[in-house]
Amino acid sequence: MLLIHCPYCEEDRPELEFRNAGEAHIARPENIAEISDEEFAQFFFIRSNPKGLIYERWRHIHGCARFFNAVRDSVSDKFLMTYKAGEKRPAVKAGEKA
Amino acid sequence: MADASRAHPLAGRKVANSAVTLTPAEPAARLSLRARPDGIAALSKALGVKLPAAPKTSATSKSGARVALWLGPDEWLVIDTGGGDPAADCAKATALHSAVDISHRNTAIMVEGKGAEATLSAGCPQDLSRAVFPVGACSRTILGKIEVVVWRTGETAFRVECWRSFSTYAFDFLEEAARDAAIAA
Repeated sequence: MLLIHCPYCEEDRPELEFRNAGEAHIARPENIAEISDEEFAQFFFIRSNPKGLIYERWRHIHGCARFFNAVRDSVSDKFLMTYKAGEKRPAVKAGEKA
Repeated sequence: MADASRAHPLAGRKVANSAVTLTPAEPAARLSLRARPDGIAALSKALGVKLPAAPKTSATSKSGARVALWLGPDEWLVIDTGGGDPAADCAKATALHSAVDISHRNTAIMVEGKGAEATLSAGCPQDLSRAVFPVGACSRTILGKIEVVVWRTGETAFRVECWRSFSTYAFDFLEEAARDAAIAA
């Protein structure tokens, strides 16, 4: 079982307590009623899906119930770091790459 | 008029073997409390329990009848076993908060004995050893297929809070785990 570090509980917890919540750092357009269908589709449906480092939202649903962000390697499934929601996207050094 | 009486979901159930005893907890008043940091002091005063701020910790009132369990950074489960009304006490605080009475949503199972830890570990993925889950520690987590709140009340005693409708599942699960714990002990 993977252990995921919850930045709110401040410890590693079993993955069963967590739920993935999609890609992180996607800002909802503030003028949502005015944007075109294409722009909306871009915001709503299109995800980057990279091979390698990915920034994701996770939720500690069966724990503190908080959303937070994680940097994960989509190849090895290894979590590189987690940080609280609202914090800036951290720069992850290539050396930390799993 | 029909006679409306409230039945305990686990009435009459009890398990006792050489390693562990399972007892349905007595009915208690429970509160799901949400508040921002600036309201904690006022709510603590109103409740008579200092709401814990550190993850996985709990705080008990002077009388011992009321406890506040840390569930999240702004969320607590308050349990009153002394016949008090924590919802009414919260209403005295003017600080912004949300207090929902969940006395009848939850029920609890007391797991006690030298095999208590092993019994819970049959279905709980968290490390419940005393080094990382000391007396007083509490956490929302998983037991088998359901979500529970586990609170360590003593060296070999836990209180497992689960939803009322899930309580037969929880009790059946723990009953089977208790059998295994007795064999292993």
